[in-house]
Amino acid sequence: MLAVYRKEMRSYFINPIGYIYLGIFLVFSALLCCYTTIISGTYNTSSYFSMMIFAFIILIPILTMRLFAEERKMRTEQMLLTAPISLTGMVLGKYFAALTLFLGGVLLSCLNFLPLYVIASVERQGTSETLTHVGPVTGEIVGGVIALCLLGAALIAVGMLVSALTENQLSAAVVTIGVIAAMVLLNMLNLLTDSDGQPLISSFAVRSVIDWVSVLSRFSAFLNGVFDYAAILYYASLSFIFVFLTVRVYEKRRWG
Amino acid sequence: MIKIEHLVKNYGTSCAVDDISFAVEKGEIVGFLGPNGAGKSTTMNILTGYLSSTSGKASIDGVDILADPLAAKRKIGYLPEQPPLYPDMTVEEYLDFAYELKGCTLDRRAHLEQIAETVKIKDVRHKVIRTLSKGYRQRVGIAQALVGNPAVIIFDEPTVGLDPKQIIEIRNLIRGLGKDHTVILSTHILQEVQAVCDRIVIINKGKIVANEKTENISNVVMDNRRFHAKIAGPQKEVLSTLRALPGIAYAEVLAEREGDAYTYLVESELGVDIRKKLFFRLAEHNWPLIGLESLGMNLEDIFISVVDKSEERKGARAHQPERQKRRQRDRSRPEQELGESLFEEARRRRAEESLEENEEE
Repeated sequence: MLAVYRKEMRSYFINPIGYIYLGIFLVFSALLCCYTTIISGTYNTSSYFSMMIFAFIILIPILTMRLFAEERKMRTEQMLLTAPISLTGMVLGKYFAALTLFLGGVLLSCLNFLPLYVIASVERQGTSETLTHVGPVTGEIVGGVIALCLLGAALIAVGMLVSALTENQLSAAVVTIGVIAAMVLLNMLNLLTDSDGQPLISSFAVRSVIDWVSVLSRFSAFLNGVFDYAAILYYASLSFIFVFLTVRVYEKRRWG
Repeated sequence: MIKIEHLVKNYGTSCAVDDISFAVEKGEIVGFLGPNGAGKSTTMNILTGYLSSTSGKASIDGVDILADPLAAKRKIGYLPEQPPLYPDMTVEEYLDFAYELKGCTLDRRAHLEQIAETVKIKDVRHKVIRTLSKGYRQRVGIAQALVGNPAVIIFDEPTVGLDPKQIIEIRNLIRGLGKDHTVILSTHILQEVQAVCDRIVIINKGKIVANEKTENISNVVMDNRRFHAKIAGPQKEVLSTLRALPGIAYAEVLAEREGDAYTYLVESELGVDIRKKLFFRLAEHNWPLIGLESLGMNLEDIFISVVDKSEERKGARAHQPERQKRRQRDRSRPEQELGESLFEEARRRRAEESLEENEEE
């Protein structure tokens, strides 16, 4: 597993793909942070985090598209599959490599919040009032970052499964974008209303099912600084299921 | 060392490998010979654990590949038909990766150094694989198979797409490996197995047609001597002279002409070298022999002659159970008919030849 992990990490950085990913991620998050907080004149970061999710629709496929599709195309998977490593080890090695790069990007993007703290400290010096809190709420930011990481871990597993099912990087990317977009946008259905302001999906049962399935609905608790263990379990299980399915895809292919 | 028992692999309804059994002893170099699509690659992929068999058993050094895949894979080095190279790594990085992937415990630097020495890739160690020529890529692929010093090395068509000089180098390399390793290699070129292997397993349409020592196969092949002879002289007389020459089983004129010279297909009798006799006979008539080309047999001919031989020895397929025979007949009717027609043709030709001889006598 370690060998595959190291190889994947190396290949992210001997290819331009790792740099492209980090570049896009950092530029986008910096711009977004700037617009949603400083330019909007607020310390509230929740809209930054909820908009980052939409960036994931494009960013996650960049990370995952080549994981398996490229190996199949170049026939290098034959080397991995005939080496004395287990399928689970191979899949996890790749998964953790993509996850590492993703987490690295998220952690680097935390620098975006520094200006907020700087501005806040300047503002605090100007006023003698200490009763109200001035500046960003650290708890909210930490919650948001954790939520981003959890959601990313789950979506990477999804992208990896798609990559294992395709032989072409491009089709892997396109399908992954579609799947992730569907997952993210699912709970938008609940927000749709007709002209009277009534929800378009009138059945409460259907709405609660959509709410339960949607990867987004569990996100919001974190943004309010609530550390939701149920949500952690939810995202962890989601990641586990898709990693497991990827292993099964390879198991199945041997017997095909 | 390697044992394959009743291996079957079906892809949907088509059968790629049909009840194959054979064994390879330690230190042997075995050639897997067959036309494209005969099931060579499938068998090798099963042996290396890349594919699973539909039924049957494959074991390496007593370890079943399905029961304990990791232990079995540790004993195998495999070079697939297309070498599994990462084009953006350097050769050194790639071999490092292979070393880690196989969980190798030998001294890294010394081991990789020695492999690079064996396959002669020392001068390209710092080059990116993408920039290497086909021959070097093949060597890097072989180097990857050697990492970890596995007891068994499996090469799938190792010389495809190489130029003649590279082919000879790779063959010598494989011959050298045979001293310390058990080697299986597949090919569809007869000369290759003859040059390299101790034993030849011929496979066709998923079945083993022959499993013989190389000498035996070579003898069979040598038996059937066919030449293209280019002779300047009057066509009819030359032909009748050729046919009259003792030792020639068959002669005909081919539709090829160069000046006053025609090309004749000449086939000698079993175990007779007619070349000298042919030369002197033609010299007597003052017909210059301006070209004599020995024809390699194609695989079809080899199958026919090998199967003919083994039938002569063993008696017609007495060893095959009746039920199995019926099953095969039901499944592969058209194939069998094709095979039978080839057989018939070969027999008919022989019969005609002997008839002609009788007439001439």
